[in-house]
Amino acid sequence: MSDEHMSNDTHAYAIELKGISKRFGSVQANKDINLQVPAGTVHGIIGENGAGKSTLMSIIYGFYEADTGSIEVDGQSLTIRNSQDAIRAGIGMVHQHFMLVDTFTVLENIILGAEGGALLKDGVAGARKELKRLEQEFNLEVDVDAVVGDLPVGLQQRVEILKALYRGARILILDEPTGVLTPQEADHLFRILHALKEQGVTVMLITHKLREILASTDNVSVMRQGQMVAHRVTKETSKEELAELMVGKKVRLKVDKDVPKIGETVLKASDLTFVDGQGVERLKRVSLELRAGEIVGIAGVSGNGQSELLNVLSGITPMSAGEIQFAGRTITASAPCNAAQMRELKMAHVPEDRHKMGLVTGFEAYEAAILGYHDRPDYNGSILMNRKAMLAECEERMAAWDVRPPNPHLKTANFSGGNQQKIVIAREVEQNPDVLLIGQPTRGVDIGAIENIHEQIVKLRDAGKAILLVSVELDEIMALSDRIMVMFDGAVVGEVSGAEANEQTLGLMMANAWNEEGAAV
Amino acid sequence: MFETIILILDATLRVSTPLILAALAGLFSERSGIVDIGLEGKMLAGAFAAAAAAAVFGSAWIGLMFAILASVALALVHGFACITHRGDHIVSGVAINTIVAGLTVTLGLDWFDLGGQTPALSGDGRFTSITLPFADALADVPVMGLIYSELISGHNILVYLAFAFVPATYWVVYKTRFGLRLRAVGENPHAVDTAGISVAFVRYRAVIICGILCGLAGAYLSTAHNAGFLKDMSAGKGYMALAALIFGKWRPVPVLLACLLFGFLDAVAVRMQGVALPGIGEIPVQAIEVLPYVLTVLLLAGFIGKAVGPKAIGKPYVKERA
Repeated sequence: MSDEHMSNDTHAYAIELKGISKRFGSVQANKDINLQVPAGTVHGIIGENGAGKSTLMSIIYGFYEADTGSIEVDGQSLTIRNSQDAIRAGIGMVHQHFMLVDTFTVLENIILGAEGGALLKDGVAGARKELKRLEQEFNLEVDVDAVVGDLPVGLQQRVEILKALYRGARILILDEPTGVLTPQEADHLFRILHALKEQGVTVMLITHKLREILASTDNVSVMRQGQMVAHRVTKETSKEELAELMVGKKVRLKVDKDVPKIGETVLKASDLTFVDGQGVERLKRVSLELRAGEIVGIAGVSGNGQSELLNVLSGITPMSAGEIQFAGRTITASAPCNAAQMRELKMAHVPEDRHKMGLVTGFEAYEAAILGYHDRPDYNGSILMNRKAMLAECEERMAAWDVRPPNPHLKTANFSGGNQQKIVIAREVEQNPDVLLIGQPTRGVDIGAIENIHEQIVKLRDAGKAILLVSVELDEIMALSDRIMVMFDGAVVGEVSGAEANEQTLGLMMANAWNEEGAAV
Repeated sequence: MFETIILILDATLRVSTPLILAALAGLFSERSGIVDIGLEGKMLAGAFAAAAAAAVFGSAWIGLMFAILASVALALVHGFACITHRGDHIVSGVAINTIVAGLTVTLGLDWFDLGGQTPALSGDGRFTSITLPFADALADVPVMGLIYSELISGHNILVYLAFAFVPATYWVVYKTRFGLRLRAVGENPHAVDTAGISVAFVRYRAVIICGILCGLAGAYLSTAHNAGFLKDMSAGKGYMALAALIFGKWRPVPVLLACLLFGFLDAVAVRMQGVALPGIGEIPVQAIEVLPYVLTVLLLAGFIGKAVGPKAIGKPYVKERA
C-alpha cells in the first residue's frame, strides 16, 4: 500500500512552508520560516522552549493564521484558516496537552467532529470497524469503551494518534510527545511512529530533546528565537552540533563536579505517609536521609508522590504518619511544623511550580524576592516595610545571579522562565539554609540558564548543604545527583548511586518493572 | 386522605412545570459551559411578553411566540457577552435579571396602565386544561380512575410539553451529534476546537435552546398557571431551577426528580396554609417555602456528594495553547 502511495505521489514534499511570519504584539514568534518536509519521512523540529516551534505547528494546524507566507501541502498551495481546513488537507496533530474530553469514552473522543451523521448511532458502528482496522494496521491497541480520564497518559496519547488517523491524516504532527512518558512508553511511541512511516505517513516531531531527534528522525530542522537556523540530515549530524545550533554557543551537556565530601546526616525522615482529602494514600512509608554535601535526586514519572514528598518535608501539608528529624526536633503528625517554622529551622524550598507556589506573578521582582522571608527584621521598619533595603538587596542578587533584565521593578510575570527561576532560587539560597528542597529546577528554562542553575546547585553542595532534587528530567537527575531514589505510586521503589545510574535501570524502576536480577519484569 | 394526596400531587405537577422547563433550559446552557443565572430574568421576560401579546392579540399561542422571542433575545445578549466577548457569566446573568425586573414593570405601566400588571386574560388568551380521552368516563373507577382523571388528565398543553421535554433532552444530549459536541464543549472546548468544530457556534445554539425553554416557562407562568402578568411573578423560580440543575448534577432525569421534589414541597406549603398541626400549631408558610433551598444546601453539603459540573463551565474560551 505504501509503495502504491509513493508512486502515485509526484510531489516530493508533504509540507512546504514559504516565508511564514507570525507576530504576537511585540513578540516575533516566527520570522520568515522556510521548511520542506519530504513525504513519508520523520522530520524533527528542534529548538529551545520559546523558539517558536509550537507556534509554527499551530499555524500549520490552523490554530493561528500566519501574518505572511504560504503553506503547500502535497504540492498544492492552501489557506488553512482553522483546524477543519487542516484536517481536510490530511493534517493531524497530537498536542502537547492532550485535546481530549476526560469524561468521554475513547470512542466518543475519536468520533467528536467526525460523527458521521446527526445521530450518534449512525456513525458508531462504522467507527468501531474502522478503529479496529487502524489499531491492527498501526499496532495501536486501546479499549475503545474505556473512559479517557481513567487511562494512563501513554494510552491517552495513543487515543490522540488514533483520532488523527481516523480523520484520514497523512501528515501527523506531534508536539513534545514524550514530556509525560516514561522512557519505555516513549520507546513504544517511537515504534508506533516507525510503523506510521512504513505506511507512508509523514511525521513531524517537535521536541527539545536531542536524544529523541537522533533516535527517530530522518531529517531535522533547528529553530532558534523564532527563526529556522539549520536543516540537517539526521545521520550526518551529532548531539553536539544540534545543541550548538539550538543555543547558538557551545554548551556542556555534562555538569562538572567533584567527588562529594559527604558530612553528617542533616535530615532524617522515616515512614512518611500522606493521605489526601479523598482518602488516597499519596505517600507510602517513604524514608530518606539527607546528608551535608550531597545531592539526593528523586526520579519518577510526574504524579507518583514527588510533589507530596516535597510538600510534606517543607511543612506545606501536614503528614498523616511518620516522622522527620531535623535541626534537633522530631516532627510528627501530632507535633507538626508548618512551612514558616521549617524555614526558621533553615530549610529552604524551591517549589516545583514557580507560577503557582514560587512567585506572585503580579508582584515586582523585589517583592517576589522576599516572599516567605518578609517578616525578617532587615526588610521591616517599625511600621512600614523597608523598601530601600529590599531594593538594594534585590539589585545585588540580580547582579550575582545574572538575572535579566536586572530591574527590580519589573513584574515577575514579565521575566522569562529561566530568570523567574533564578529569582526563586536566589531567594531561597541566599538565606543560607542547611537543607534545600528543589523541585523541577529547570522546567521551562532554556539551555543557557539550565547550565547556570546546575552550576549553582553543585556549588551549594560543595558548600556543605544537603540538597533534595526532584525532577522529571532523567538527564538532570543523572547529571546532578550523588544518590538517586526512584518513586512510583507514592513509594520509593529503588535507590542507586549517581555513578552507577543509567537510563535503562531508572526507566524500568520508574515504571515499577525492575527486579534485582536486572531484568524487566 | 387518598384524594388529598392526589390533589397535592396534582398541584405538584403544576408547580413543577416552570421549574422543569427552566432547569432543562439551564441544562443546555451549562452543559455547553455557559453559566446561566439569568434563567430568572428570561422567564420573567417571557411571562411579560406572553401576557402582553396574549392580551393584545387574544391568543395564547401568539403570546407564547412572543415569550420565546423575548427570551431568546435575552439569551443572545448573554451569549454575545459571554461567548463573543468572553465576559463574566455571572455579571451578565445578574444584569439581565435586574434589567428585566425593572423593564417589565415599566413597560407594563406604559402600555396598560394597570400598575405594572397586564390585563386579565380569558378564553383563547390562556392555555386551558386538556381533558384526556375517557377521563370523565373513568373518573368513578376506584384508585386508577382518580389517578387518571385528576392527576394525569386535566392539565394544559405546556405541562405535558415540559414532561415530554425530559426524554427529548436526554435523547438530544446523549444520542445526537449535537449532544456529543455540546457535552464536549462544556468539558474541554480546546478539544472541540482542534477537532475542527466552532466552539462559539455550539455554545450559541445551546443558549438559543435555553432561551426557547425559558420562554416556554415564562409563558406558562402568565398565560397558563395565572391569567396575566404580575410584577416579579417568577419569584425566584429561576434560581430554584438552577438549584435543581445542580442537585440533579446536570442530568435530565435527576433534574426532573429534583424539580418534582421542589414542586412537591411547594404544593405542600400551599396546602399547609392555615392548617394547624396537632401539638405544633400553625406552621408559617415561609418555613415550608424555604425547604427546597435548605434541602439543596444540606443535600449538596453532605448527603449526595459533590456536584461536579461541566469542567469548563464559566470559563471563557480563549483560543490559546493550554
